Amino acid sequence: MSDTEVSTTMQDNRWLWLLEALHKLVTSVAVILTTLFGLLVLTFVIGRMVPADPVLAILGDTFDQAAYDRVYQDLGLDQPLYVQFLHYVQNILHLDFGQSNVTKNEVVDDLARVFPATLELAILAITIGTVLGVPLGIISAVRRGTWIDHLARIVGLMGHSTPIFWLGTMVILIFYAGLGWIPGGGRIDLYNDGLVEGPTGMLILDAMLAREWEVFWSALHHILAPALLLGYAAMAYLSRMSRSFMLEQLNQEYILTARAKGLAQPSIVWKHAFRNIRVQLLTVVTLAFCGLLDGAVLIETVFGWPGLGQYLTAALFYADMNAVLGAVLLIGLISILINLLSDVVYRFVDPRTR
Amino acid sequence: MTMIHKNEGLRAWLLSDDFSSPRHARAHKAYVSWLRFSSNPLAFGGLLVVVLLILAASFAPIFATHDPLAQDFAKALQPPSLGNLFGTDELGRDVYSRLVYGARTTLYITILVTVIVGPIGFVVGAAAGYLGGWVDMVLMRITDIFLAFPSLVLALAFSAALGAGIENAVIAIALTIWPPVARLVRAETLTFRKADFVVAAELQGASTARILLRYIVPLCAPSVIIRLTLNMASIILTAAGLGFLGLGAQPPLPEWGAMAAQGRQYLLDAWWLTAVPGIAILVVSLAFNLLGDGLRDVLDPKHA
Repeated sequence: MSDTEVSTTMQDNRWLWLLEALHKLVTSVAVILTTLFGLLVLTFVIGRMVPADPVLAILGDTFDQAAYDRVYQDLGLDQPLYVQFLHYVQNILHLDFGQSNVTKNEVVDDLARVFPATLELAILAITIGTVLGVPLGIISAVRRGTWIDHLARIVGLMGHSTPIFWLGTMVILIFYAGLGWIPGGGRIDLYNDGLVEGPTGMLILDAMLAREWEVFWSALHHILAPALLLGYAAMAYLSRMSRSFMLEQLNQEYILTARAKGLAQPSIVWKHAFRNIRVQLLTVVTLAFCGLLDGAVLIETVFGWPGLGQYLTAALFYADMNAVLGAVLLIGLISILINLLSDVVYRFVDPRTR
Repeated sequence: MTMIHKNEGLRAWLLSDDFSSPRHARAHKAYVSWLRFSSNPLAFGGLLVVVLLILAASFAPIFATHDPLAQDFAKALQPPSLGNLFGTDELGRDVYSRLVYGARTTLYITILVTVIVGPIGFVVGAAAGYLGGWVDMVLMRITDIFLAFPSLVLALAFSAALGAGIENAVIAIALTIWPPVARLVRAETLTFRKADFVVAAELQGASTARILLRYIVPLCAPSVIIRLTLNMASIILTAAGLGFLGLGAQPPLPEWGAMAAQGRQYLLDAWWLTAVPGIAILVVSLAFNLLGDGLRDVLDPKHA
């Protein structure tokens, strides 16, 4: 809707529309704030459920009662639960996630260090999943019942059913140990390590910016297998969803009209039907991205990828709760932000929501 | 009358749509559904694998060729042979027998999680959908919070807090699986809430509990059953993932994910330690997916 059209004839409607938009904005902000609050409550509760005594984790084995009491009070454990919770929220707002018992760093610094690696992997994987999965789903909807439809179904079913950590291990066994095509794990070769640092922390991007092509190829070589595996899981989901979205559109009457007008098949599929499923697709791509973070935890462990997932599993192994909660909170935050982003884009792309 | 005649008569009775009683109509519907289900080879294959899994878990001592916990260091890391179908692990235990006993762990987790999640999903979803208003808002916000996390990450956090172990894994997985079920029940309830037969029951003075239990729940049941069956596949994968990270069933109890994880240390010398349990997870999870798809075709034609 262009401004000039509206302002002359429908002044009142315009105010109404603005008011409505404002109301929507306030509601969605309120929803996000409550979800964030719930996220904090959840991680707080999980932190309190741990059977291990946090005082002992700091003091170790040798201490006297006075030292125990002092640490107990320093940690605020003598306060009522809601005061402890307020402290917890306050700390989080100051980006203080506590110290990691294993790395002895602030958890925030650790997270900032490992997060770009996961982001790099996840972005590449979702790109692979979308670029392969969406066209596959659409083609199998258009050519329903042909071999390509069956192929897409098999690909989808296998993607839904394969334990990704196992698939990753088998890929290492065959392509690293057997054929020697891929590296055995990690982000980069030893002799290229540390040549490129910052600004984004995503090695491939940084290497391109610094024009260090050897580093670039090494990083690409390392990311290929884990990204393809994660991308495969996303692709299975996306192809299945885009097939059913497309089928729904192709059964509509406007498609029949377009066919009656004599439009060519590609034009019907891509100009008419596809435009109408873009919004739905966007939503499932964001869902796939969140699901991908799950797979990333396992794939990073299998491939020794120094990202958020590996950090989380290592912290779990050493019962390093500050680090675990920090990582979990970060993953929850990312999911919420991505959903918010899809919501915003949704409003821009779909005229019905305006 | 011979046995064959009797059966043919039964078949004809089941297939005729000239119903003589409500019981007849129900029997007819069940029989026709079964015919439709069993004519789908993929769904039928899925059902076969699931039945096999249940049999293996129930009669594990009969299926197993060795004691799954018996160690024999003289026979460690033997490749697959006639004596040890899928070889032996680093402690000389028979992988095939551990696989059979591992079916118990998998089935135990899957069934327990489903039994916990089903009622919770029904109660939360039906209450939110039928009562509406602030009850709906509060319940759906809580659901959203749980949905904000990727499920494995949430399960990891809960397992870490509760400590490793099979019961805690069940609780952790259940906590992550219920929100989508509640969402589904709510959506289904919303479509029936204003239906004439529900309003009629309300006018007759039926209590909320009665309306939910007698009118809403039976109508939601087919789609929830389909959802729960498809969920079993993801429960198996999540449980295996937790086991892989060392948070599921604890050794020496055989669990497929943990078996695959342990085998990774001997990957180059003994590939079967990792390959075999992984294939078992894949086959069973695939079977539940196929079974769920098949059930959807039969029970819920509008979403097929």
